[in-house]
Amino acid sequence: MTPIPTPGQTVGPFFHYALPYDGDNELVPPAAAGAVRLHGTVRDGAGEPVPDAVLELWQADAAGEVVQQAGSLHRDGWTFTGFGRSATDAEGRYSFTTLRPGVVPGASAPFFAITVLARGLLHRLFTRAYLPGASDAFLDGLDPDRRTTVLTVADESGFRFDVRLQGEDETVFLDFGDE
Amino acid sequence: MADSMTGLEPQDVIDQEMRDISASYAAGSAVETQPRRDYAPYRSSRLRHPTKDLQQADPEGIELWAPVFGARDVGELESDLTIQRGGEPVGERMVVTGRVLDGEGRPVRHQLVEIWQANAGGRYIHQRDQHPAALDPHFTGMGRCLTDADGTYRFTTIKPGPYPWKNHHNAWRPAHIHFSLFGTDFTQRLVTQMYFPGDPLFDRDPIYQSIVDPRARDRLVATYDHDLTQHEWATGYRWDIVLTGSHRTPLEQDAAEEAHA
Repeated sequence: MTPIPTPGQTVGPFFHYALPYDGDNELVPPAAAGAVRLHGTVRDGAGEPVPDAVLELWQADAAGEVVQQAGSLHRDGWTFTGFGRSATDAEGRYSFTTLRPGVVPGASAPFFAITVLARGLLHRLFTRAYLPGASDAFLDGLDPDRRTTVLTVADESGFRFDVRLQGEDETVFLDFGDE
Repeated sequence: MADSMTGLEPQDVIDQEMRDISASYAAGSAVETQPRRDYAPYRSSRLRHPTKDLQQADPEGIELWAPVFGARDVGELESDLTIQRGGEPVGERMVVTGRVLDGEGRPVRHQLVEIWQANAGGRYIHQRDQHPAALDPHFTGMGRCLTDADGTYRFTTIKPGPYPWKNHHNAWRPAHIHFSLFGTDFTQRLVTQMYFPGDPLFDRDPIYQSIVDPRARDRLVATYDHDLTQHEWATGYRWDIVLTGSHRTPLEQDAAEEAHA
């Protein structure tokens, strides 16, 4: 018999002393060659910043290789593990220092895979943050009005990607057929 | 009517809303296995649930893999929450263990499990927790471990207490431990809460009740296990966790591990 998945629950308001850790949002040191910043603000349905959210980032390296390397929790400053975590601050902002992802063989366009957790959000959300100007079958299948919500915007330090949990400009969140 | 002192709605209002949703679910035929993100009795969800349908997507590329965690990431002692602060924490010492499986029933091996919880008095060490219960100098309430080759995790900790929150007047959360889990695919990521059998607060808690199917929410309740309980040392609870199915085609390496499991 196929087992039935365990239900999710909200991350709640008190995750800050457990989930964040030193260096969690620095997949590479800020001074590393090719380092870019992926950052933005998480907002709710009223447009207010969400100060108690946490985003997780999972991505390929610059060559498009899915690295399978330990060391995300205790980084040595050299090994790229592809995983990071960033809790939002009092203004709802998160930030990662990372590498521009390459195209993974078999996939069509490079993107940052993102998980969103927050107090008030009863089950995690998944989304994709594509590089500016990206195009693939998934993007083409979206309502044109909503496509921009999964495209990053280039800025002086890298890429900006704002997350909107609810509302007119609500981010496109994904269902992988498991829900 | 809101409570005159706190300005918060009474429990009765929340209870009625939860009963209405429950009756409406029972009258339908669809089975829901996950919490509703749109669950108004949990007031914080009102502005934080997506209002548009989630976009169906086939996982591709990076999403078919999960991050790897190893011994370098997690120290062996991090799974014992009773030895982190140089003395014995107050409360009921307990062992919590179980297996992490994927949607096909295969063990999720060597993956990270993170937990966090209140102390025996229902207080978190978090600065924003201003519930006037004592902090325990010997308890941080956070731990980590990796599942073993059989997908088993194991923690030694203290039974957390229930605690008040401000969703409504006289709102109390059932005792629970927060769990964070990874599978073999990115798409299997799960954050949830484990509860204890027979908690009198279950019916009054909108976070627990946001899983509208009674059988589905029962899956969050651990089982007391006397065989796990240790003489003059600790009580034992068992809780297995099932992540969603893996989308990735198993590699030869996976098959080899399977054969040796």
